Amino acid sequence: MSLETVLLVAAAIFCVGLYGAISQQVVVMVMMGLELMINAVILAAAGFWWFLAPEPTGQVLLLVIIAAMTVEMAMGFAVATLLHREREADMTDMATDLSG
Amino acid sequence: MVVDVAFWVLSVLAVLGGAAVFYVDSMARATYALALSFIAVGLVALLLQQNYVGVVTILMMVMEMAVMAVYMVMFMGMNPALMPMSMVHGKRMAMAAAGGVFALLASGILLVDWPSRRGAPAGDVTMALGEELMGPKMLAMAVVSPVMVATIVAGVVLAAHRTRYDRMGDDLRRRPADDPQPGGVGR
Repeated sequence: MSLETVLLVAAAIFCVGLYGAISQQVVVMVMMGLELMINAVILAAAGFWWFLAPEPTGQVLLLVIIAAMTVEMAMGFAVATLLHREREADMTDMATDLSG
Repeated sequence: MVVDVAFWVLSVLAVLGGAAVFYVDSMARATYALALSFIAVGLVALLLQQNYVGVVTILMMVMEMAVMAVYMVMFMGMNPALMPMSMVHGKRMAMAAAGGVFALLASGILLVDWPSRRGAPAGDVTMALGEELMGPKMLAMAVVSPVMVATIVAGVVLAAHRTRYDRMGDDLRRRPADDPQPGGVGR
């Protein structure tokens, strides 16, 4: 286990999440892709913390990242609920009002 | 040695679990695959001595996946464990983007001359984190807290079906309230 291997694993998870966030049509599945990407950021930050500068400040940054993931999840669910209530939509292709 | 083996097993689980999210043909299985990936990353964080963050990640994600499974059933209107589905668009472009980003990140990771470690971890990293949060890094806590409260309020406002403004008008003065079904004792 080294910094490079941890970061490579994090990069692999990030790219899997990126694929999902771009390719999926269902809103909740897109959120899953975004969460995988943040999951990778958590892993990379933990690796940086341990292998480069194991000070408490890095842990605070990790907590902020987890808080960002929580906000993304809560607002995503709320918007998904609103979309479904207003227009029975659960696909991203049905909510393209802002595209273009 | 044991730590290395555990790291590689958990890493493979984390990546394969993440890939399974978009490969399996039912949403319930996708949810569990994502939970598996998160638990594996939480355990790797524990291996990296991030005791608090690792445990919080695992606990939070197990609960979140439970909520997500409920959402699947609510919105998809079907038994998600039994209904095979594949709903993707631009698969080839997404694959290319993901592969390109991985190649970019991997080359950066392998080519950068990473500095050596500075300092040593505290004896009890969780206590050190608590003291940091309640001391010099109080600002981070003070910012995250109102953001969380704002998220709760915004989430309820977005998701609520009918609020008091629907019932009593914008100035909250409408009496009796405009309810789809009158209730109470005839007032």
